[in-house]
Parts: sequence; C-alpha cells; structure tokens
Amino acid sequence: MASNNEQTNSHSHFPWSHVVGFGLSIVLTLLALWIGFYSGFSLTTIMVIVVGLALVQATIQLLMFMHITESEDSSVQVGTILYAVFIAVAVVAGTIWVMSFGMHYM
Amino acid sequence: MEAVEHSPNTPLEYQTETGRLNILGFWIFLGAEIALFSTLFATYLVLVGRTADGPGPAELFEISGVLIETFLLLTSSFTCGLAIHYMRNHSLKGVFLWIGITLALGLGFLGFEIYEFVHYIHEGAALTTSAYWSAFFVLVGTHGAHVTLGIGWIILILIQLKQRGLTPDTSRKVFISSLYWHFLDVVWIFIFTAVYLYGMVM
Repeated sequence: MASNNEQTNSHSHFPWSHVVGFGLSIVLTLLALWIGFYSGFSLTTIMVIVVGLALVQATIQLLMFMHITESEDSSVQVGTILYAVFIAVAVVAGTIWVMSFGMHYM
Repeated sequence: MEAVEHSPNTPLEYQTETGRLNILGFWIFLGAEIALFSTLFATYLVLVGRTADGPGPAELFEISGVLIETFLLLTSSFTCGLAIHYMRNHSLKGVFLWIGITLALGLGFLGFEIYEFVHYIHEGAALTTSAYWSAFFVLVGTHGAHVTLGIGWIILILIQLKQRGLTPDTSRKVFISSLYWHFLDVVWIFIFTAVYLYGMVM
C-alpha cells in the first residue's frame, strides 16, 4: 500500500495513516454497536455483519498501525498471518460445527 | 551506531539483519498467538448458554463499561502507533511521551477489567459457577494477562531506552513491543464482538 511506504520512508511530520486508522476504528466499533442494538436484523444477520466489521478493523490495525507490509520480509509476514487466520477460522468454525450435533435442546 | 549500507530513510529497527529477522520472528509468534486465542474463542462459543443455574451474560454485561474498556484499548493502540512515528523521527522525547500515555491507558483498561470481574463475582458469576463463566474468564482473562505482561515488558524497555537512547537494538525492542500491543487490541476487537456484543444482543 502506498500509504505504508510513505509512512516508512518519508519522515513526515504528521502521522496521517495513524489518525485515519484510529478514526476508522472508532467508526467501525460504533457501527457494530448500532447494528447490534438498533438495526432490528435477525441475530444471524447481525453476527455476520459485526464479525465482518471486526475483520475489517483488524485489517486496518495490521496495515495502518502495525505496518505489516513495510519490511523486506513482508510477504512472509503477511503469509504467516493469513495462515494463522485460516487456522483460527478452521478451529472456531470447525469446533462450533462439530459440537452443534445433539445440542438442539439449547 | 548505524549500518552504512542502508539508506538514511530505513528505520533504525530494520537496519541490522538481526533486527529484521527478530521482527519477522515476532510476526510468526503472533501467528501462534492467533491460534492460541482461536482455541479459547472456540471453547467460549461452544459453551455459550451453558450457564447452569448461574446468571447469564445478558444479565451482567453492561455496555458502558465495555465501551470504556474498548475505547481505552483502542486509543492506547493509536498512541502506541504515534510513539513509533516519533521514534522514526528520532524523537526520544516523543517516544517516552506517547509510550507513557499508552501505558496509562493500558493500566486504565486493566483497572476497568478487574473492576468488571470483581463485580461479576459479587453477582454470583465466578470461574467455577458454570461452564459458560469458566470459558468467559479464561478467554477474557488470558487477554487481560497479556495486557499485564505487555505493560511490564514495555516498562523494562523504557528503562533500557533511558539508559541507551535510540539505537538499532533499542528501536527494534520498542517496535516489537508495539506490535505486541497492537495485537492485543486486535484480539480485543474480537472479544468485543464475539463475547460482549453477541452476549448482549442474544
């Protein structure tokens, strides 16, 4: 991302990418809150949207705060995190799926 | 102090081979942390609703406290990023100022979390009350333990920074601890969503 290279290489005086990332994080948090309490969607729809918003916010942190793409090793760094996210999704979704059988009385 | 073959624009923490590889190694560690937290999230989500005779999350969660914790940690992640920005502008004073604010916000977060836990225990929701509250305290508590560890670690790095100034070595340590701190905010985003928001909307 261009903004990241800028962050790394030019010692600009104002940290724009951080301020934008911070603003976006606040907006995304409040948006998730609003969807949760006031949208009137079904629980499933709400959860799909707010988990999606959480993933967007996590990506913003990785790119704008943690500068995951700035190192010479950035492809390995991004690959590691993507693989870890795959493991996390497999563990969480797989566990919920497996454990859902025979739990219909909930 | 500085390696000669790099452009002056390369941040100090990337100027040595060791620095670059340590940062890469830390990203791999963060990958393992993601796997660790995913197992705790999986356990928690399976045990949602298993409250036995104890209280449920909707009865105890309070949006105001959760929002205060969320914004304290979110802001601390931002100020931690500013500290790195000042480190790259070679401002030691800026690093101390913004890391100091980061730590204060982190301590504030911990204070609210401890208050929240004590409140739940008083309301009859302790670690041993039900499978649900066990999973809750283990997941959120593991994150809180990480924050506590992070605060101690960063204080030690600040002491070293005071003694040695900004060198490729100390810059690398500050940068790696900043990655750790941002990561704790990333985990909190998912705790906020999957534990608190889900618990209150359910």
